[in-house]
Amino acid sequence: MSTLEIKDLFVSIDTEQGNKPILKGVSLTINTGETHAIMGPNGSGKSTLASTIAGHPRYTVDSGSITLDGEDVLAMSVDERARAGLFLAMQYPVEIPGVTMTNFLRTAKTAIDGEAPALRTWTKDVKAAMAQLRIEPEFAQRNVNEGFSGGEKKRHEILQLELFKPKFAVLDETDSGLDVDALKVVSEGVNRAAEESELGTLLITHYTRILRYIKPDFVHVFVDGRIAEEGGPELADRLEDEGYDRYLAADAAQA
Amino acid sequence: MTELTEEKARIGAPSAASDVRRIAGMNEEGEQLSEINPASSPLAGEATKSHSHGGGVGIPDSSRAGRLTSYNVADFPAITGREEDWRFTPLKRLRGLDRVALDGAAPQITVEKSEAITVETVARTDARIGTAGIPEDRVSAAAWGAFAEATVVTIPAEHVPADENDVTTLTITGVDSTPAASHILVHAKKFSTAVVVLDHRGSAVVSENVEMIVEDGAALTVVSIQDWDDDAVHASSQQVKVGRDAKFKHIVVNLGGDLVRITPSARYAGTGGDVEMYGLYFADAGQHFEQRLFVDHSAAKCKSRVTYKGALQGDGAHTVWVGDVLIRKEAEGTDTYEMNRNLILTQGARADSVPNLEIETGLIEGAGHASATGRFDDEQLFYLQSRGMQEDVARRLVVRGFLNEVIQQIKVPALEERLREAVERELSAGVL
Ligand SMILES: Nc1ncnc2c1ncn2[C@@H]1O[C@H](COP(=O)(O)OP(=O)(O)O)[C@@H](O)[C@H]1O
Ligand SMILES: [Mg+2]
Repeated sequence: MSTLEIKDLFVSIDTEQGNKPILKGVSLTINTGETHAIMGPNGSGKSTLASTIAGHPRYTVDSGSITLDGEDVLAMSVDERARAGLFLAMQYPVEIPGVTMTNFLRTAKTAIDGEAPALRTWTKDVKAAMAQLRIEPEFAQRNVNEGFSGGEKKRHEILQLELFKPKFAVLDETDSGLDVDALKVVSEGVNRAAEESELGTLLITHYTRILRYIKPDFVHVFVDGRIAEEGGPELADRLEDEGYDRYLAADAAQA
Repeated sequence: MTELTEEKARIGAPSAASDVRRIAGMNEEGEQLSEINPASSPLAGEATKSHSHGGGVGIPDSSRAGRLTSYNVADFPAITGREEDWRFTPLKRLRGLDRVALDGAAPQITVEKSEAITVETVARTDARIGTAGIPEDRVSAAAWGAFAEATVVTIPAEHVPADENDVTTLTITGVDSTPAASHILVHAKKFSTAVVVLDHRGSAVVSENVEMIVEDGAALTVVSIQDWDDDAVHASSQQVKVGRDAKFKHIVVNLGGDLVRITPSARYAGTGGDVEMYGLYFADAGQHFEQRLFVDHSAAKCKSRVTYKGALQGDGAHTVWVGDVLIRKEAEGTDTYEMNRNLILTQGARADSVPNLEIETGLIEGAGHASATGRFDDEQLFYLQSRGMQEDVARRLVVRGFLNEVIQQIKVPALEERLREAVERELSAGVL
């Protein structure tokens, strides 16, 4: 078993108006095999948490720590984190001109594993994974995310999750913008990855809808850069009924 | 890729605001003229006048139809830098090619070829010289007046290469830096097939004219590689006359030199001609690589496809691409598309890209262009690094993929391999 531990994390960004604190003391422990849902309103800092785990250079960690089995994740470069077993499915995956999916997937797999995958089995694996995610074979020859619809981009993020086999996956609003069919296909992909390799999942979402297909073990409500409440799956049901208003009111009263 | 520039395309009368279409960057599939210029539009039929769009608008010498051509350098006024044709070129770095006698020693040419192909050194009075085209600028005319001997490559009628690596290579090596003139003629006779490589190396200050004749039914590929030393200055006018049902493929590769300016022009001598022009350039700090092409559609039912791609890295790296395509009134049934893409890898580099499409008849198959210049940005880098790739691996992946689209068109395995290696060398020599 592996453990990803986030302790009392404070993160800010530099804006034109000066330094802006976004995460204000986040603590969270995820073990492999567990699924944690992070739910919160827009602007509460969910993507900031995801990007900070992955090491995006825009975010400054002011204090706190992130460790993977005791190793200091914050001291690692972005690519070292990926090779250590962290994967981020991005909310807005970027287009990479001139690089085909085939070339990209092989290069990334080689980088993550430290050796090139055996060509025959790799090609077969990619084809099978694409088929399961209902991705047309022609996408293999298209440039990474170039001209993909929102839903196609999300499927390709999950394709990578299945092929790269990380220890921990952070899924940043993978469900946003998907219709019900696509949501099911993508959820099945996440569930397959979890079953196959004891994945630890941090499922970031704005809506409760995806939790019908991916069952969380823990739910954390994220408001204004902190975890406002934590519980089991029943907390998601309550959010479904009540929304975030309760937390936002409390937050406003506190301020 | 972050979009830096978008080329605005205007087809039709300048006053018709609705005719302004935006080229949506890298994914642009081009415009089908038929769709936006129906028979009833001002562009169709008699109402049509020569017009251009892109950078040439409003500049008097912008129409390629009216540009001066002459064998005599004195017919061209001194270059000021204000001309449409010269506005991007750093004249100070031309080392006198536009001003002084070009009496230096021409670069030395060594030849690798199969037996059937003839390569001769001939006097300037040889009757074959001057059959493909007339100089279109002062620097080209200066070389025309100054060259002592010419190299003539002849591909006999119905020649077929032994295999895909059976190419004729002229290795053109610069020997000193006195301004010089050079002249090459490549003649593919009827129904022949051949690949000719002009491989420029060493150091030189040279103005070169390359004439290419593709007779009826022949298929000629000419690859011009500029892999000069850092201080070389090279202007090369490469003019082709494409016969009836002939195919011509032109590939320009600019990798090294201080100032390289290649001006390919294609003209059709009969119907059914097919021209493909590819270009690949990789400019480093301080290098100026300019490519200005012209496709003159003067015969009916001819086709042209232009694809140029460039990467830039380092301070003061500057590339220029100008694509002039003229569809004359008599060129009914023309099918043309031109595209230029640039990838800027670091701060301080600049790419100019100007497609110019002039259309004098509405009765064409299609005409389109796309131009986009993008930057490899931090978000792309983050994405690739978050997939385990180290920074240099990520950057190389992007550049290789980007340029490979052109390299894979060469279809000469040994040459493709060499260019892939050259791109790798550029990448490791650069800041990446
Ligand atoms: N690059 C940025 N520039 C300015 N503000 C930002 C930037 N990234 C995030 N923020 C701000 O940080 C807060 C949290 O954003 P984010 O982490 O994207 O929230 P969420 O993913 O929960 O919607 C918001 O107020 C947002 O405006
Ligand atoms: Mg977000």
